[in-house]
Amino acid sequence: MVTLDVREIWDLLNSIPDPEVPAISIVELGVVRDVRLTDSNVQVDITPTYSGCPALKSMEEQIRAKLLLVGLTPLIKTIYKPAWTTDWMSDETKEKLRAYGIAPPDKISFENLHPFANNDKGPVACPFCSSTDTSLTSRFGSTACKALHFCNACCQPFEQFKCH
Amino acid sequence: MMTDLNKALIEYCLRIADNSLIHAQRISEWTGHGPILEEDIAMSNMALDLIGQSRGFYTYAAQLEGNGKTEDIYAFHRGEREFRNKLMVELPDNKDFGFTMMKLFLNGCFDYLMFRDLMKSTDETISGLAAKSIKEVTYHVRHSGEWVVRLGDGTAESHQRIQNSLNELWSFTNELFEQDSIDELLISNGIAFDKESVRNEWTKMVTEIFAKATLSIPENTTYFASGGLKGVHSEHFGFLLAEMQYLPRMYPDAVW
Repeated sequence: MVTLDVREIWDLLNSIPDPEVPAISIVELGVVRDVRLTDSNVQVDITPTYSGCPALKSMEEQIRAKLLLVGLTPLIKTIYKPAWTTDWMSDETKEKLRAYGIAPPDKISFENLHPFANNDKGPVACPFCSSTDTSLTSRFGSTACKALHFCNACCQPFEQFKCH
Repeated sequence: MMTDLNKALIEYCLRIADNSLIHAQRISEWTGHGPILEEDIAMSNMALDLIGQSRGFYTYAAQLEGNGKTEDIYAFHRGEREFRNKLMVELPDNKDFGFTMMKLFLNGCFDYLMFRDLMKSTDETISGLAAKSIKEVTYHVRHSGEWVVRLGDGTAESHQRIQNSLNELWSFTNELFEQDSIDELLISNGIAFDKESVRNEWTKMVTEIFAKATLSIPENTTYFASGGLKGVHSEHFGFLLAEMQYLPRMYPDAVW
């Protein structure tokens, strides 16, 4: 028996933290694409951030667990279209990332879409001291969605949520 | 009764999926053996992206084929002759980082063009998977391309070694563009893209980077390897599969 409306289900899902970046929720991350009430149940569409993101399974399990607690057995479907992008994150979400110590992603631009485009956007601002005297240490970080940088001003390594 | 078009589509998905999976398996061999920690992590990340891409195409093939097929059956319960990956991606890297980067670069440029054109596919699932994969491939090509330049335009030793890698791998590049009646049927339905139509663009892409890297494409290459489309592989392939498939064959009930 469904007792929650769609809005309330969205709110419930918004309380599930991203398993790898717990400062933001899976809704804020943009992984939850749609919630639909059916006659007897609920369908939730999710989309992976990166094709091989190992956290997707865990997110699915958390969605299931959360909804089971309120008496719903969700049908969870993975969809690929439209492809996930960091542009779906709101400014508020990006600020949460920064406060957590992860430099937020920029808006998508041409150099994200062509492998040889000149990347002249300049250095990423340090999330700790805001200095732009930083350098890229590695294009790949501890998770698929992050890159590693180093701040020369406060001598801190930091992660950046890659623009994707 | 399955239509010829559906059969072709399944085969097409398996070709893309096999190529990404086998490429990923080779790259993942670097995990724990990268020349520096950052590159070790980069290899694992790229392998993960490629495995993810292959899963998307396997899952779609399984859905089309029905009959209880799953992505795991395709990946772990088929033999050498059933795999459709290109020979380049199954070649062993012999702990030569430059060789791996060159392979990632040559195959990556092709994948970039492939996914760009498949984004226009009339098949919604194919175009969706392509739109997803192209962003990852773009990032891989940028990374491997930078290394090709750094090594080519580096020391005499690094230059010679990456030039040798290019010389060896060049014979495997013609296969990137091979196509057959499966492609033709799907092209005529707007599902697939014509590989021959991106050959010039691919050559332009790699030439641009080789110029920066002071590398030259070997002239007078008379032999080009072929066989992936028909499941005829190199002598290295069986060993790769043996390692990759060991667990699910030894423990058939194992699940993720």
